[in-house]
Amino acid sequence: MSAVAERQGTEQQGTEKQAAERRRRRLPGVGTVVVTTVLLALSVLFLYPFVWLVSASFKPRGEVFDNRLIPRTPTFENYINVWQEAPMLLWLGNTVLVTVLAAVAVTISSSMVAWGFAYYRFPGRNALFALVLGSMMLPGAVTMIPVFLIWNSLGQVDTLTPLWAGNLFGSAFYIFLLRQFFLGLPRELFDAAKVDGAGHWTMFTRIALPLCKPALIVTLLFEFQATWTDLMRPLIYLRDSANFTVPRGLKALLDRYGFGGEWHWEIIVTASVITTLPMIILFFVGQRHFVEGIATTGSKG
Amino acid sequence: MASQTQDPALTRLADPTVADTDRSRRRRQQHYRWRELRPALLFLSPWLVGFTVFTAWPVLYSGYLSLTDYDVLTDAQWIGLDNYERMLEDPKVRLSLWNTVVYTVIQVPAYVAVSLGLALLLNRAKRASGFFRTVFFLPNMTPPVATGVLLLLLFNGQNGLVNTVLGWVGIEGPNWTTDPDWIKPGLVMMSLLSVGGSVIILLAALRNVPQELHDAARVDGAGSWRRTWHVTVPMISGALFFVFIVNTIAALQSFTEAYTAFFGVGNTTYSNDAALFYVIHLFRQAFESLNMGYASAMAWVLFVVIMVITAIQVTVSRRFVFYEGDQR
Repeated sequence: MSAVAERQGTEQQGTEKQAAERRRRRLPGVGTVVVTTVLLALSVLFLYPFVWLVSASFKPRGEVFDNRLIPRTPTFENYINVWQEAPMLLWLGNTVLVTVLAAVAVTISSSMVAWGFAYYRFPGRNALFALVLGSMMLPGAVTMIPVFLIWNSLGQVDTLTPLWAGNLFGSAFYIFLLRQFFLGLPRELFDAAKVDGAGHWTMFTRIALPLCKPALIVTLLFEFQATWTDLMRPLIYLRDSANFTVPRGLKALLDRYGFGGEWHWEIIVTASVITTLPMIILFFVGQRHFVEGIATTGSKG
Repeated sequence: MASQTQDPALTRLADPTVADTDRSRRRRQQHYRWRELRPALLFLSPWLVGFTVFTAWPVLYSGYLSLTDYDVLTDAQWIGLDNYERMLEDPKVRLSLWNTVVYTVIQVPAYVAVSLGLALLLNRAKRASGFFRTVFFLPNMTPPVATGVLLLLLFNGQNGLVNTVLGWVGIEGPNWTTDPDWIKPGLVMMSLLSVGGSVIILLAALRNVPQELHDAARVDGAGSWRRTWHVTVPMISGALFFVFIVNTIAALQSFTEAYTAFFGVGNTTYSNDAALFYVIHLFRQAFESLNMGYASAMAWVLFVVIMVITAIQVTVSRRFVFYEGDQR
């Protein structure tokens, strides 16, 4: 057999193999079908509670527990009732204010500190950074009482300040996260900027920050979620219901329309939906960033 | 991504077994620049102030408070170790510690196993994995207060959804929210709804397992299960350990879901002793009974317990956790 023929033979074999590969890719294997089915079943399990919750918020009082997905007599009354029973709009406003301030404050301060640790090589850097990492290990319960006493002595109890102002000083977790991103930037970039006469602050705000936008978005989203969903600090600091955040308000409603007397599940259910909905919207807005951020968090180190 | 941006200092922090030779240390020290100290301190200043005011001082002050009797309204009275002695005899402390340990021992393995199972499934789902990742992460966004409310509704003994479903297959469900034996299992199951974050972490680790290892194992005749157990799981043991340790620390500090569902103003109908977690007891001592000194002592005991458990986990993990970097 001539060399040409041989080559043609192998070429043909190659295309046959490719065709088989393509066919295999088009038809999902048995394994994939099984995996997808199992995942679909589990998805129902994971999503059903929320679908159920939203559906229950449209049911009249007596039907909350009837486990129908589509209410027998759908009503919008619960939402009107909640609005009348509780200053929901005020609570939502408080929560938005606190979460925005908390997220912006922690992003600005943490990125500054992270940059300080990432770019500069000063004596004592490693020891200080070890302190940052170490402070992540400290349980919140240890500092909770003295921090309360600080805000108390500043007359800030029963205001929204303690819920966000601490974020002006950075947070260990985000410092760690952002530092990782800053370390990934090439040093030559900053050397070049320095040659062009850029100062320390310009390098940080004009070069480092814009290049780390994804990490900054992750920080904003994470802190927004953490502050929005927090219950413990609002329980500690807020007294007057006019200052409540939505989760604190939901807890108050549960106490009033649940444990405290006659159960009004429809009110509690509806308030739960109102508490959760903004988080669901936030997730769909920042989905990609959430996933990337979490994946980065768990990587080794 | 993070492994590329990792700097040597951090690797050494995370893993003390990496040799820190004298020469590399000297080189690093030569690299230090005094003239960079000033601008660096300017950037670090928010944290330096914050750490001093909101971490270092509170830690010291909390240590001092734990040796006093303090109710905010009157001055702190020095009582030495009395608070710690009182803890030994406080039945509620013993109960809450027991509840917390039992919950942690059930919750953490269940949580890690479910996360791993879902991550393995998602890793095989190919094209649809993005969609499923979204679905499993979504419940993670639920505020814990709402999770507490959902617990009361779904696990309601009379007409909750869980018991209704159990009824279809002829099982009479327990009174999840009132029977002390079933409160913790209910809380554990509710917590499983939020495995999404861990699933994403494990999935990211799974994506980094080199395909060649699988192919090699396949050539050696290893089936799907054996490949999973002897190749995949050891390769992601670092991420698995991370999820395990973070969850243990979180479980030991459980508060919001249980507090929402079982404690609050006017709650007299529930026998909530089974849900009295350590941090709940601490919180109530501090902010409902204003026993700030006693609560501070409780906080310190929690701190020590967490440190000891974490240290044990790290020591034990040395034998099981495999880091790629160790080889180099």
